[in-house]
Amino acid sequence: MKQLHERAHELLEQKAVSVIIGYGEGTEGRVRPVFIRTLEAVRLLVWDDRCRVNLAVYLNKPEIRKFGFPIAVVSTPATVRTIVQLIAEHQLSIGDVVVLVRENDTVRALIQKEDLEQYARNNPVIFPPFVIEEIELLKKMSIEERFTYWQEELAKCFKCYACRAACPLCYCEKCITDVNQPQWVCVAPHPVGVFEWHINRAMHLAGRCIECGSCTIACPVGIPIALLTIEATRVVKEEFAFTPGIDCNAPSALSTFRVDDKETFIR
Amino acid sequence: MSHRTFTITHENLLDVLTNTIAVGNRLVAPVRRGKKLFFRDVQEVQSIVFDFIQSDESPKDLVFPRVEPMLAHEYNAGNVYLIDFAEKLQPLPTILFGTRPCDAVALSLLIEFFNEGVGDPFVEQRAENLTIISIACTRADSYCFCTSVGVSPNDSRGSDVLLTPIDNDQYYGIVLTEKGNAFVKKGGDNFIPSEPKDVAQYIVTLREEFTPQEITQRLANAFNHPLWMDASLRCIGCGTCTYVCPLCSCFDIQDEGTQTKGVRLRCWDSCGFSLFTLHTSGHNPRHIQSERWRQRVMHKFSYIPQNRNLLGCVGCGRCSRLCPADMNLKEHLCTITKEMTEVKADR
Repeated sequence: MKQLHERAHELLEQKAVSVIIGYGEGTEGRVRPVFIRTLEAVRLLVWDDRCRVNLAVYLNKPEIRKFGFPIAVVSTPATVRTIVQLIAEHQLSIGDVVVLVRENDTVRALIQKEDLEQYARNNPVIFPPFVIEEIELLKKMSIEERFTYWQEELAKCFKCYACRAACPLCYCEKCITDVNQPQWVCVAPHPVGVFEWHINRAMHLAGRCIECGSCTIACPVGIPIALLTIEATRVVKEEFAFTPGIDCNAPSALSTFRVDDKETFIR
Repeated sequence: MSHRTFTITHENLLDVLTNTIAVGNRLVAPVRRGKKLFFRDVQEVQSIVFDFIQSDESPKDLVFPRVEPMLAHEYNAGNVYLIDFAEKLQPLPTILFGTRPCDAVALSLLIEFFNEGVGDPFVEQRAENLTIISIACTRADSYCFCTSVGVSPNDSRGSDVLLTPIDNDQYYGIVLTEKGNAFVKKGGDNFIPSEPKDVAQYIVTLREEFTPQEITQRLANAFNHPLWMDASLRCIGCGTCTYVCPLCSCFDIQDEGTQTKGVRLRCWDSCGFSLFTLHTSGHNPRHIQSERWRQRVMHKFSYIPQNRNLLGCVGCGRCSRLCPADMNLKEHLCTITKEMTEVKADR
C-alpha cells in the first residue's frame, strides 16, 4: 500500500496523469472505485484481496475521459488484459493509460506495448474455483438439462443491464438492445427477451471476454452470467487459437476475413 | 375495526401457512436461490426464510410485475380481435408473507400512486387480492435508514397483519385490516387472543440520521451543485438501484408483434439508462450519468414530496446493498444534509 501511495503521489505531482482510478474503502468492508486527483486524496487508495472489480470499465466513461489522458488505473491481471484488448480494438492508444500493477511485492507502472503484453502473458486471470467447477458441471449435462439450468437462472433476470454496465468490453455507445428502429432485441424481460439479450451479449463477447467476472459480481440477482462469455471465449480459443487481451495489435478473432481461410462457406 | 392482538408460536404459524396453500391461496414468501433472497411462490413452508435483514429483490413484482401484458390484437380473415388483459386478469388470492414493514409501506404507496386519477386496473385488482403479513425488524444493518425517511422498523402502514418476534419462539401480532382479520380467522385456534402488549424491547433501534424535511429543503436549491458529479463518478449506469427499489415505478410501453397480431406490454424502466430520456431528435436532456443520478435522488426526495407530501423512499437500503459500484444512498443523503450546507448551495 505504501508503495502504491508513493507511486500515485509521484504521478500526480509530476502531472504525469490527470486522475488515478483505484480502490478505496467502501461500505461494510467493501471496496469501491475512487478517482484520485489531488495529493491529499492519495491516502484513500487501498490495495488488497478485496480489490477484484475491473476498473478498466471507467476508461470508457465520458466523464472520466474528460479529465484527459493519460489516466492511471490500479490493475489486476484481468484489468491489464482488458486494457490490452481495448488497445487492440482501437478504444485506447498506447500511452493513454498508466497501468499500475503489483509484481513481486513492488508496484510497477506499465505504459509501453511490450511491458503490457509481457505482463498480460505472464499473469493469467485466475477466477474462483467455483467458476471452473460450474463450467465442468454444465458440460456434463445433457442439452435438455443445460437448457433447464439456464431457464431457471435467466428467469431471475429483470434486465437491469448491470452485466453490460460492469463490462469494460461492452463499450458501444449504442448497444444493439437499445437500437429501436427497428427493434432488434425484445425490450421486455420475458423469457424470450431475456434469452435474446444474453445470447446476444455472449456472442458479442465471444473471443473478447477477458474472464474478469465483473458481470457476475455486478448481477443483483446472482446469475452466473460470466459462464456464457467465458465458455464462448474458450470455444474461440480452441477453434481459432486466439486468446484476447495479450496482443495490442491482434485482429479480432470473429470479425476478421482472411483470404487463406480454410473454410469455404465464407468465400 | 378495533385492532385485535394475538400471539402464535412459530410452529403453529407454519401450520397456518400450510393450510393457506391447501385451501388454494397463493403463498409468496422470502426464499433463497443461491446466495440471494427472493419473494417467490412457496409450496413447502419449510423453505421460507425467516432470518434475514432484507431480501435482495423487492416484492413489488406482485402488484407491478416486470412485464404486464395490457392489450393484444389479432387480424384474421378480415376481422380484428382485441383482448383487454385488464378484464381477463383475475389474480389469485395471494398471501404475501414475511415482508419487512418498510416493504409494506412501500407497496401501499406504490398502489396509491398507480390508483391516483384514472386508476390502474392491473395494480388495483392485484392489490385487492393481496394480503400482506409483515414481520417487524429485530435487526438492521448499516444500509437501513427507514427511521430517517419517516418509516419505522415496526411500521404498520400497508400491512394487514404485523407480527413481532418475541420470546420462546413466539410472535405477537396485530390485525390491522379486514383482510388481516380474514387471514387470522382461518387460522382458528392457532392464534391465541392476547392483551395489547408493548413489544418495543424486541424492535431494533435505528438512529435517525436526518429528517425528510431536511433533505427536501436542501435539495430545493441543489440542482446545479457539484456534488452530483463527484458522487456519481463511480456510477456505471445500470438499472440495479431502480429495479430492486420497492417504490420505483417508471415503466416503458412496448409493442411486440407481427403483421397479423401483436401485444402491448408494460415493462419496468430505469432513469439510470441514457435511453430513458433520449428524444427522437437524438437530443438527450440527461446526457451524462451524474444528471441521471441527480434525477433519481431529486425525484424521490424533492419532486415527489412537492406533489404528494411523502418521500419516494422507505429506507430499505436495497439499492445500496446491491449497487455494483457501492453507491450508498444513506451516505449520499447524509452528505446532502450535513455537508452541503457548508458549501454554497447553488451556483
